[in-house]
Amino acid sequence: MEKAVEGTKTKKRRSSILYSKKAAPYIFVSPFIISFLLLSLYPFISAINMSFQSVLPGQTEYIGLSNFERVFNPVFFTALQNTTVYVIWTVIILTIIPMIFAVFLNSRLIRFTNFFRAAIFIPALTSVIVAGTIFRMIFGESDAAFANQVVQLLGFDAVEWRYGAGTAMFLMVALASWRWMGVNVLYYLAALQNVSKDLYEAADIDGANIWQKFRNVTFPAIKPIFIFLSTITTINGFRMFEESFVFFETSSPGNIGLTIVGYIYEEGIQRNDMGFGAAIGIVLLAIIFVVSIVQLYLTGAFKKEDE
Amino acid sequence: MKESNLTSKEKAVSAGLIVMFSIISLIALFPVISLVVASLSPATDLMRFGLTAELFFTNFDIENFQTLFSAEAGSYWRWYGNSLIVSGVLIVLSLFFSSMVGYALALYEFKGKRIIFVLVLLILMIPFEILMLPLYTMMINLRLVDSYFGVMLPLIVAPIGVFFFRQYCLGLPKELMESGRVDGCTEFGIFARIMAPLMLPSFAAMAILMGLMSWNNFLWPLVVLRSSDMFTLPVGLATLLTPYGNNYELLFSGSVMAIIPIIILFLFFQRFFIAGLTSGGVKG
Repeated sequence: MEKAVEGTKTKKRRSSILYSKKAAPYIFVSPFIISFLLLSLYPFISAINMSFQSVLPGQTEYIGLSNFERVFNPVFFTALQNTTVYVIWTVIILTIIPMIFAVFLNSRLIRFTNFFRAAIFIPALTSVIVAGTIFRMIFGESDAAFANQVVQLLGFDAVEWRYGAGTAMFLMVALASWRWMGVNVLYYLAALQNVSKDLYEAADIDGANIWQKFRNVTFPAIKPIFIFLSTITTINGFRMFEESFVFFETSSPGNIGLTIVGYIYEEGIQRNDMGFGAAIGIVLLAIIFVVSIVQLYLTGAFKKEDE
Repeated sequence: MKESNLTSKEKAVSAGLIVMFSIISLIALFPVISLVVASLSPATDLMRFGLTAELFFTNFDIENFQTLFSAEAGSYWRWYGNSLIVSGVLIVLSLFFSSMVGYALALYEFKGKRIIFVLVLLILMIPFEILMLPLYTMMINLRLVDSYFGVMLPLIVAPIGVFFFRQYCLGLPKELMESGRVDGCTEFGIFARIMAPLMLPSFAAMAILMGLMSWNNFLWPLVVLRSSDMFTLPVGLATLLTPYGNNYELLFSGSVMAIIPIIILFLFFQRFFIAGLTSGGVKG
């Protein structure tokens, strides 16, 4: 039918590229292709290339694997450890708690949901820099700063938040959790819209308790989002830089706030050692790749769902 | 939702939930409230003690904002303008380009369609930070360091946008394209005049997302911008975060002002935002 219409009515016009059904999609996707070649593929290849080079102003030299040999040093392992701890905490907090919140917010027993949703979402509108600024003030070093007042009220000593390894990690995780909680709640709420009411009614008839209903009806429906969020949170966690930067700028005592991307920035941009920076980047990519595959495997994303 | 036929036990649970979420909301809003309090508090106190509970109850004054609107604000309003320009242009460009690409990927049949979609997903997974150093040398070579265009370039065809529009367009009626052809529309005309109006909710959602991304973007602008005059707001504000804390007057009033455009953007488009997240996120 399509052909017949075209054949009679638009025979002349078909010569013009503006009317061509064949050419149009290629014109439409051309921005992506150009951007892919120029801003993804080319930089990706040159990142790999760069990682084998010593890049100095005006001269580059291939130095084999020595950038990679240099990567595995104590500073890198500190950064890797910090980043990994951060990833573990943020993944646990930002996949499970929003799920619980969303299930409650979706329950017929709660009112004012629009207000609660908006309140939880508002932190996502702030930039890390703005949010971090205020976190630094609330968790100030002085005894009089708000968080320390609370801590002392509970009978503990005031804390120098930014200067201890554990508390520094707490600040970074808290900042990220605070900012992303509402977004993840929205994702789960969206997924919960797909659960049909009939299933709950059927479960009620079978005499299922709340936990059984969650396990057998609710969770299967939101599992795709659970997998999506845990993957995204992991990847974003390994890419973390800003949460650390806002608390420590570029140097923290004993590198307690150093992340892998922070290390790339420090070596590649600040010290202008781009070959080394690129090598760290490649190692980071490998880590993310392996972790993501393992994670997707463990969460069963590769299994065929019988949906 | 209706409380008419709740049992007394359910009413208790309901009340408990409302109390719980009120506390959670308070925790969520507390830092934002604190920011406003800090912006209205004397900078000297903040510098010495941090944000104290007392500041919530002392007399507020607008001195910090007066500094912000005076000559002492230095480059602040220049940064603000830079951010408005960069984000505004980026929203328009990225909505245009990514909607076009997503539209074609969803509604046309053509060779290479699959590969392109796989590439979109692949770039979504490769951290930008790995491409950052080569892109930075590229900007140096193209003399785009310290320019608006240099800041915008990596986000103009954002893969997240392409993916989002593709998911959205899958649900559009293809028959309309055919009737557009019968009426003698060009292929681009069909996109712009017939299909784009149907995509308005997705444009709204993406405007918020891209607005957030570019307004709050930090690492790339930090890398590519050199002179204070060209800084975007987050980069500029970060320079006020010195270990000596001597810019608190500007930092807090400036941070409050920094949130305002994004709140306006959000309020303006929010009705579509949740619907957009649903169609873009879940089917992924």
